[in-house]
Amino acid sequence: MLAYAWLMLLFPLLGVLINAFFGRRIGKRAVSWVACSAIGLSFLVALGVLMGTAGSTGVEQPLFTWISAGSFHVEFSLLLDPLSALMAAVVTGVSFLIHIYSIGYMAEDPRYARYFTYLNLFVFAMLILVLANNYLMMYVGWEGVGLCSYLLIGFWFERKAAADAGKKAFIVNRVGDMGFALGIMLIFAMFGTLQFSEVFRRAPGILGPAAVTAITLLLFVGATGKSAQIPLYIWLPDAMEGPTPVSALIHAATMVTAGVYMVARNHVLFDMAPTTAAVVASIGAATAFFAATMALVEKDLKRILAYSTISQLGYMFLAVGVGAYAAGMFHLTTHAFFKALLFLAAGSVMHAMAGEINIQKLGGLREKLPRTYAVFAVGAAALAGVPLFSGFFSKDEILWRAFLHSPVLWLVGLGTAFLTAVYIFRALFVTFWGETRAEKKLWEHAHEAPAVMSIPMLILAVLAVIGGYIGLPRLSLVEGYLEPVLHAEHAAEAGATEWVLLAVSALIALGGIALAYYLYVVRPAVPANLSKQFAPLYTLLSRKYYVDEFYMAVVVEPLRQVGRFIAELFDPRVVDGAVNGLARLAGVCGEGLGTLQNGRVRSYALSILVGVVIILGYFLLR
Amino acid sequence: MDAIRYLLILSAVLFSIGAAGVLIRRNALVIFMCIEIMLNAVNLTFIALSRQLQSLDGQIFVFMVMAVAAAEVAIGLGIIVSIFRHKPTTDVDDVSLLKG
Repeated sequence: MLAYAWLMLLFPLLGVLINAFFGRRIGKRAVSWVACSAIGLSFLVALGVLMGTAGSTGVEQPLFTWISAGSFHVEFSLLLDPLSALMAAVVTGVSFLIHIYSIGYMAEDPRYARYFTYLNLFVFAMLILVLANNYLMMYVGWEGVGLCSYLLIGFWFERKAAADAGKKAFIVNRVGDMGFALGIMLIFAMFGTLQFSEVFRRAPGILGPAAVTAITLLLFVGATGKSAQIPLYIWLPDAMEGPTPVSALIHAATMVTAGVYMVARNHVLFDMAPTTAAVVASIGAATAFFAATMALVEKDLKRILAYSTISQLGYMFLAVGVGAYAAGMFHLTTHAFFKALLFLAAGSVMHAMAGEINIQKLGGLREKLPRTYAVFAVGAAALAGVPLFSGFFSKDEILWRAFLHSPVLWLVGLGTAFLTAVYIFRALFVTFWGETRAEKKLWEHAHEAPAVMSIPMLILAVLAVIGGYIGLPRLSLVEGYLEPVLHAEHAAEAGATEWVLLAVSALIALGGIALAYYLYVVRPAVPANLSKQFAPLYTLLSRKYYVDEFYMAVVVEPLRQVGRFIAELFDPRVVDGAVNGLARLAGVCGEGLGTLQNGRVRSYALSILVGVVIILGYFLLR
Repeated sequence: MDAIRYLLILSAVLFSIGAAGVLIRRNALVIFMCIEIMLNAVNLTFIALSRQLQSLDGQIFVFMVMAVAAAEVAIGLGIIVSIFRHKPTTDVDDVSLLKG
């Protein structure tokens, strides 16, 4: 099966080519068949690879030589090991479900074929990122998914907000990608190769503490961009301007987790750099907490989910920062299921309510959309970490590992877990419970999504419930599966402590849900009062800590000033001045020399005479 | 050996008169005559030196110069005539279409 792994890349690529060149001619039905079957087949291959790589430490499968210049040699080859296989299976599996969902969600869109082309291209790029066996190939995939993200955020580019959001995502990611690129260059400078296996094998011998810290910090800068961590998280909430399935696929389940995957892939280097690991864990914990606080007051359902994604990504970085790579990958997997589910349910709400997404203008939808309500509730329970749902196990694993590392990180994580339960159940209660606040026309028009949309949601709901059982604390399938790659040191058997922590996090989650229930169902007036009483805090949160304004003032405005200076002074005066000056110089010279050519034969003769006299004089007097 | 000196001075004077005429006068015909004076000043030099050096080369050159001068006058007069047809003047300063 492993020998056919390249088919995983081929199918989406074929889908891209067919839909890009013939999509407008073959009709929507054919487009959806091509796109979905491409990803479906790719998923089957990924499953085969997932089984085939169990217990292996990794197989490298060269496809062709990509670059060969002097001593610089890059193979285009696939790295098939449990880590990449798990990631590829999650990516293709979730993508497949979201492709099917998109058939219903995008049915009316005039740019249907283009949408599926982009979506397939995204999967192709993401698989290159995941299956790369060297940094350069990974970087190509990394940029490829960034491009697809930009294209899909701005898919409805007629709306200025969407076009701006796309640009913002692209530009903010450029900052991160710069760090990633510098990290790769540094690795090449130190090792002379970009192949993962070579780098990891020789790393202990070559890298000093300073070098390895620099490399890992630069790589992590790349991860903060792609995975929306402090300080580069600001693009993700705006990215919600894209179609909702895109938010589910790219900005929740797959692309934004690329940073976590990249850190796990480079765990050999990160293990050698305790400083970086501490930075990663702290930034992860801080991001998790601050994003959760912002989600508390957000009114846009998709943006709540976006902040939640940032927060959950923070958990994953907390995990990889404390060395619990398997726990991070486990949470990545369960998060892909339940967050994609939540987004798809939000999309179903938008579908029913003609695009309305402000939760304060919804309410009472459980009556109209019982199926959507049910799956959203499952997703919310999984996200909040209600016991026996998938998020509970993965989050608990992370908290447990964080506790072993540093109780402070554990406390921050626990606080975040509480906030998570509050904000997601706030969203649930305000959207689906109580009296409706929707316009009458919209309310009557509201209808449950077609089967093509609800079946993927149901499948994801099932996965969101059972997805956690693959990584039960005692069973540890995920950790065992990833063992050959990650060599996770097994956490000490702490017995009682572990169970206590488990109980604490369960209680915290239930407590958060209870608080949300009290605030938004029992006493709906309380939140409004609270927001008045703590007005400064409320404003601070709802304005997102003024971070956007801060970046605007500190980064964007100065750059704009520089741009203005260049456009208004430097360009016309210096650049144009140089060109115009040269032209004027030529003109002046021409005029000066032109007076010599005055048309008077006698003055020509005089010049000849003078010339002859000078030349003769020179030869005679020399 | 003073004869050669006087001859050379004479030819230099003639040449200078010719050159000055070419530069100063405007009438194309007069300029032509001045050119002839210059040519003949050169011829005088050739003759004088030919005699001085006891060599016939100079005299042969003089014949050449005379032949060329005759041809040149023929062409020059042709040009002047065609200019005169185009523009009723023999003033060279009026012929300035090639001015820069």
